[in-house]
Amino acid sequence: MDAFLFFLFAAIAVACGINLVLQTHPISSALSLIGVMGSLAVLYLLLGAEFMAAAQLIVYAGAIMVLFIFVIMLLNAGAERSKSTSLLAKALGIPALLAFLGVIGFLIQALLPNTELVKFGAFTGGTAQAIGRKLFTEYLLPFEVTSVLILIAILGAVVLARKEI
Amino acid sequence: MPAAVPVSYYLILSAILFGLGVAGFLFRRNIITVFMSIELMLNAVNLSFIAFSYQLRQVDGHIFAFFVMVVAAAEAAVGLAIILTVFKNRSTLAIDDVSSLNN
Repeated sequence: MDAFLFFLFAAIAVACGINLVLQTHPISSALSLIGVMGSLAVLYLLLGAEFMAAAQLIVYAGAIMVLFIFVIMLLNAGAERSKSTSLLAKALGIPALLAFLGVIGFLIQALLPNTELVKFGAFTGGTAQAIGRKLFTEYLLPFEVTSVLILIAILGAVVLARKEI
Repeated sequence: MPAAVPVSYYLILSAILFGLGVAGFLFRRNIITVFMSIELMLNAVNLSFIAFSYQLRQVDGHIFAFFVMVVAAAEAAVGLAIILTVFKNRSTLAIDDVSSLNN
């Protein structure tokens, strides 16, 4: 069952990822990205990361993608102008990508031959309680720096959204 | 079909998604799609963090993935504001037309 769920949602994630790259209209790409994020949330759940699965759905698929779709609709972004991509880029890029993936896959299998089997429920350390405890003790300083980062991002967005830039 | 898959399969899936993100980043000509490809790459890295966290039975990887998520949210807010400003000034979303730093 674990393997079936993995292969099902891995296939959905890869299919949506390919669709993201191939679609010319940005809204189709955005919906594909939501598909990738949703299937990744299921995979996080299989890996015992229940808090991260919920955060993935709420923050990524919820907040960030709403921002993307809002901007796409605000700018009325149409389909991409079909500009003839250079043949050299296509002829070299796709084999290079496949070669990269082959090398990475070979290295992962060669360097990590006996990784554990993923069974749902085998790792229960990803609860909100465990993450909250780590976040507010061991990782307190990075957590506080994060709040400064968010503040700067808010200021940046407000400055950029002014009229006279 | 086996009953369970090893953690390395998750890492290979992560590599595939990262490669797709790189391909989208390099091949697309729409600035919003390029930005979405970056989000795809960040998601792929998050999957790696959580898979390693499972292998090591430690929750630290989840915290790192959480921080990546926070940075992605901040980056999306600022990046989309920049895209709005670029569109306001140049009325285009094609990255080939936004090349004034290239001269």
